[in-house]
Amino acid sequence: MARNGFVSRWRRSSERVNAAVACDVSPPHVSDEVHVLAVDDSFVDRKVIERLLRISSCKVTAVDSGRRALQFLGLDDEKSSPVDFHESSTFKEIPVVIMSSENVLARIDRCLEEGAEDFIVKPVKLADVKRIKDFMTTRVYRFGNEEEEESGGMMMMNKRKLQDSLDLSSSSSPPQSISPSSSSLSSSPSSSLSSPSSPTPSSSGSTLPSSSLSAPSSPISLDSPIRRLKTTITD
Amino acid sequence: MAAGVLQLQRQLTDYTASLFSEFNQLQQLQDESNPDFVVEVVYVFFEDSERLLNELAKTLDQQSIDFRKVDAHVHQLKGSSSSIGAQRVQRVCIPFRNNCEEQNIEGCLRCLQQVKQEYTLVKNKLETLFKLEQQLLAAQRSMSTI
Repeated sequence: MARNGFVSRWRRSSERVNAAVACDVSPPHVSDEVHVLAVDDSFVDRKVIERLLRISSCKVTAVDSGRRALQFLGLDDEKSSPVDFHESSTFKEIPVVIMSSENVLARIDRCLEEGAEDFIVKPVKLADVKRIKDFMTTRVYRFGNEEEEESGGMMMMNKRKLQDSLDLSSSSSPPQSISPSSSSLSSSPSSSLSSPSSPTPSSSGSTLPSSSLSAPSSPISLDSPIRRLKTTITD
Repeated sequence: MAAGVLQLQRQLTDYTASLFSEFNQLQQLQDESNPDFVVEVVYVFFEDSERLLNELAKTLDQQSIDFRKVDAHVHQLKGSSSSIGAQRVQRVCIPFRNNCEEQNIEGCLRCLQQVKQEYTLVKNKLETLFKLEQQLLAAQRSMSTI
C-alpha cells in the first residue's frame, strides 16, 4: 500500500477535494492492468471518464468526493497519526493527474509543482487517456520487480474550487489552496519511483502551501504538460 | 422502403454533423458493448443541469446572495457541458462566473437567463437527434422483417 504525502494533505482538507483519480491499492500481483481511481463531483464527468478509461483497458473505480477517495484508499481514519502517512512509501509513488475545465497556466504550474504528474484540460479526450496510460505502463515496466509487477494505479482528480480566471496571461488572482480540490490521476507502480511527496500542513482557504516537492523526475521523457498545453490552449 | 431508410440515414448524418464536434468525441466512446452510452450520459447531463439551474435560481433569489455558492454551481455546469460538448452553454458560463466574482446581481441574473436559453436549445437538439436515431432504427428493423 502506498501512502502519498499528497494524499495526506488531502486528508486534512478532504472536504475540499472534489475530484481525483486514485491508484491501485491491491497487493502486488502480476498484472498489466492499470487501476485508476477517478474522483469527480460531477456525475456526467464521472461517466465520461469511466468510459474513457475502460475503453483504454484500465480498471476504474469512480467516486464522487475526496472523502470517498480517501475511504477507498483506506486513508480516511481520524485516529491515524499523520506521521504514519509520511513514513509509507507506496502511496507516495502514486502518480496523480489533474483534470479541470480551467486552463489557467499559473494554476497548472502550481498543480505540477505540488507533484501532479500531469494536467489535462477538460473535456478529456481518448488521446489524453492513452498518453497517460502509456506513460504509466512504461513506468511500471521500468521500475517493476523482477519477480512480479505491481499493477499500476492512477489517481485522477477534478479540480473545482479554484477561482476561475480565464485570462491566460493574467496571473493576478491570488493563489488558492488547490491540491485538495483538484482532480488528479495517480498511479501506483512499484516501490522506488521518483516523485517524492513530503506532506505540508494545509490550512483551509489559505494560500497554496509552498511545497518542498521537486517536480517528478521521471527518466522517461514526457512532453512537458505546459508546453503541450500552451500549444493547445487557444482561448 | 429502402429509400426511406436511406433518407433517414442521410438526415441523421447531416444532423449529427451540424452538432458540436465534441459531441462526436462522445460518440466515439459508444460501441456495440455500450450502445446506449451517449444517451445515458446525455440524460444524466439533462438531470444534472436542470438541478443546477434550479439551484442557481434559488440561490440568486435570496435576500443575501451567496456568490461562492452560485459560482460553484456555474463551475459545475461549465464542466459538465464541456464534457458533453455543449459549447454554447459552456461559453455562457464564463461571463457568469465573472459576474459572480464581481458580485454583480443583475449580471448574474442576465447570465442565468442566457444559460437557460442555451441549455434549452441544446436539449432540444439532442432530443431531436435521439428521436431521429430511434426512427432510423425502427425503419431498419421493419425493413429486415420484410
